[in-house]
Amino acid sequence: MIYPSPTQNIGMQAKAESTVAAKANAGDSSASRTLWGDAFSRLKKNKLAIIAAVWIIFIILIAITADLWVPQTLGDPTATAANMAESSRLAPSLEHPFGTDTLGRDVLSRVIYGARISLTVGVVATGISTILGLIMGAIAAYYGGIWDTIIMRLADIFLAFPYTLFVVAMIAVIGNGIQNVFIAIGILGWPSIARVFRSAILSVKENDYVDAARAMGASDVRIVARHIFPNSVASIVVYATMNIGGAILTESALSFLGMGVVPPNPSWGTLIQDGQQYLQTEPWLMILPGLAILSTVLAFTLLGDGLRDALDVKMKDA
Amino acid sequence: MATKEPLLKVEHLSKEFPAESGMLMSRFAKKVSAVNDVSFEIYPGETLGLVGESGCGKSTTGRSIMRLTRPTAGHVYFEGRDVAKMSHKELKSLRREMQFIFQDPYASLNPRMTIGEIISEPLQIHGDGRTASERNKYVRELLDVVGLNPEHINRYPHEFSGGQRQRIGIARAFALHPKLIICDEPVSALDVSIQAQVLNLLKDLQKQFGTAYLFIAHDLSVVQHISDRVAVMYLGKIVELSDWKTLYAEPQHPYTQSLLSAAPIPDPDIQKSRSRIILAGDPPSPIDPPSGCRFHTRCPIAQGVCSEQQPEFREVEPGHFCACHFAAPFPIKESSIEL
Repeated sequence: MIYPSPTQNIGMQAKAESTVAAKANAGDSSASRTLWGDAFSRLKKNKLAIIAAVWIIFIILIAITADLWVPQTLGDPTATAANMAESSRLAPSLEHPFGTDTLGRDVLSRVIYGARISLTVGVVATGISTILGLIMGAIAAYYGGIWDTIIMRLADIFLAFPYTLFVVAMIAVIGNGIQNVFIAIGILGWPSIARVFRSAILSVKENDYVDAARAMGASDVRIVARHIFPNSVASIVVYATMNIGGAILTESALSFLGMGVVPPNPSWGTLIQDGQQYLQTEPWLMILPGLAILSTVLAFTLLGDGLRDALDVKMKDA
Repeated sequence: MATKEPLLKVEHLSKEFPAESGMLMSRFAKKVSAVNDVSFEIYPGETLGLVGESGCGKSTTGRSIMRLTRPTAGHVYFEGRDVAKMSHKELKSLRREMQFIFQDPYASLNPRMTIGEIISEPLQIHGDGRTASERNKYVRELLDVVGLNPEHINRYPHEFSGGQRQRIGIARAFALHPKLIICDEPVSALDVSIQAQVLNLLKDLQKQFGTAYLFIAHDLSVVQHISDRVAVMYLGKIVELSDWKTLYAEPQHPYTQSLLSAAPIPDPDIQKSRSRIILAGDPPSPIDPPSGCRFHTRCPIAQGVCSEQQPEFREVEPGHFCACHFAAPFPIKESSIEL
C-alpha cells in the first residue's frame, strides 16, 4: 500500500495539535495500557475501597483455608462437644476467642465455617441472578417492542412484592437447605439487574459509535460483543458487587427465620438465631456473628462504590 | 463532472417518524415528516454540500442513504443498485464503498477501544486479508496520513482532543478506501481554528483517493470552502441546488437568499452597508407542515399561489434547480424587504 505523503501544512498543523495533547498527557509514557488497568490504578487511590477489598480477601482466604487449621485447635464446628455440660456457653477466652455456644461448640470456628456458607450463598446467588438479569435485560433492550414490554412488566411484578417475603414464600414451596437458598435468592434477584443492564444498553445503543459499527457493516453479534457489552458491563460489575452483600443479608435473614441453612450447618444467620435467646446473658453469641455480617456486607458495598468511581472512563486521574 | 454516471442517485426520498409513540394509538399517531421527496445525485469524486437549519432533515437524509434508518419512501441507488432492496450480503459490500463521518467526535469513538482497534475494525469486518502485523503497519500509515502520531496507536479516545478524535474518525472512514463518505457536520463540534485544519485534511484526502463526499453542514462558509455543488434544505425539502459559485452569486430561492444575507462578511464596511433579509418567526413544525410551498409562511415574496400549490423542483438554468414559483436571480428586491 503506497501513500503519497500528506501535504506539508497539514502535517505541521497536526503536529502542533498533538504536541498539545502530548503535554497534557505527560506522565503516561507507557504506550499500552488497558482501561481495566487504569481503573485499578484509580481504585488504589480510594483508601476505603482498598480496606474493604483487603477485608473481603481476608474473609475469603480464611473461609477457604479453614480446613487446614481450624479443626485441630478448635474442634469440629458442627458436632456437639463431648463434655457439653462444662463447655456450654463459655465466655470469650484465649482458648475460645468468641466463646462457646449452648452445645459447647467453639463460636469462632462456627463463624469461620459460617463465612464459607454465607460467602458461597452471596456469590452463587448473585451469579445466578446476574446471569438471568443480563440475559433478560439484553433481550429487552436489544429487541425492544413486545419483548421489552413482557420482560419489564414481569420484572415490575417481581419487584412489586416485598423481596424477603417473596424469598420466604419460595423457600416454603421448594423447601429449605443451601441449594434452595441459592435458587430462591438467585432467581428472585434478576429483575433489578435486568433493569440496570437494560437501561445501560439503551443509553449505550444511542451512541454514534454503535451507528459507526453498523455503517461499517458489523454484525449484530459483533456490535453487542465489541461495542455494547464492554460499555454497559461496568454498571453490572458495580451492581453485582453490592448485590453480594445483599444476598448475604438475605441468607442471614432466612436462616434467622429458620428457613435457610439447616442446623447443625453454621451460617451467620443461624448463629445469630442461636445466640439471640442469650442476648441478655451472653451477648457475644449474637453480637460477634452480627459483626461478621455487618463488616462483610459493608465491605462489599464500599468496594462496589469504589468500583463505580474507578470504572468511570471519564474520571481523569486527577 | 456531470458527464459521468452518478455514483449515488437519490430519488424522491422521504422519511417519516411517528411523533407520539402510543402503545394503542400508534396507528393514529401523528407523523413527523423529516425528509420529504428529496432527489439529488452525487458524481464520483465531487463534494455535494447539504445545508439547512437545525431539524430540517439534513442528517436524516444522510442516515437514510446509509440505511442507518429505513426511508419511508423513495429510492437510493448506489452505482445503479437500489440500497433499500439489498440483502444482508450486498449491504455489507455496500458498506465497504460508503462510509460515514459523525458530528460528535466524542460519541463516535468507542471509549473502551484503542484507536488502533477502532481504525482496524472495518478491516477486520471486511476481511482485508492482511496479517496482524501488516494491519498494524497499515493503521500506522493511516494515522500518519490523517496527521496523527503513529506512536499513539495504543491510546484511548479520551486521551485526544476533539480535533484529533475527528481525525481518528476520518482515518476509520478512509480505512477501506470508500467511494463515498457521508460527512454529517464533521466540523461543527470543533473550534473554528481546528475546523479549517480538518476541512483541509478532508480536501487533501479527497484529492488523494478520489472519494466523493456528501457534506452536511449548517454553516454556509464551511460548505463554500469544500463543496463543488450545494443543496439547500428547508423543512425536509431541497429548495435549491446548484454549483456553489452560482448559488452564492445568484441565489434564486428567497430562502437561500435570506440565508446568504445572514452570513456575516468579514469586512465591517460592506457588512454595515448591505441590507439583510430577516425572516420572521421560527420554522413551522414538521409534524404539520404548511400547505403548498413549505416556506410560504415566512417568505417575504409569498403570494396566494404559494399556499395552494407546491412549487415544482425545476431546472431554472442548466445545472441549477430551484423549488419556487417565483424563482429568479435575487427574487427578493430591496423594496420588498420590510425593516
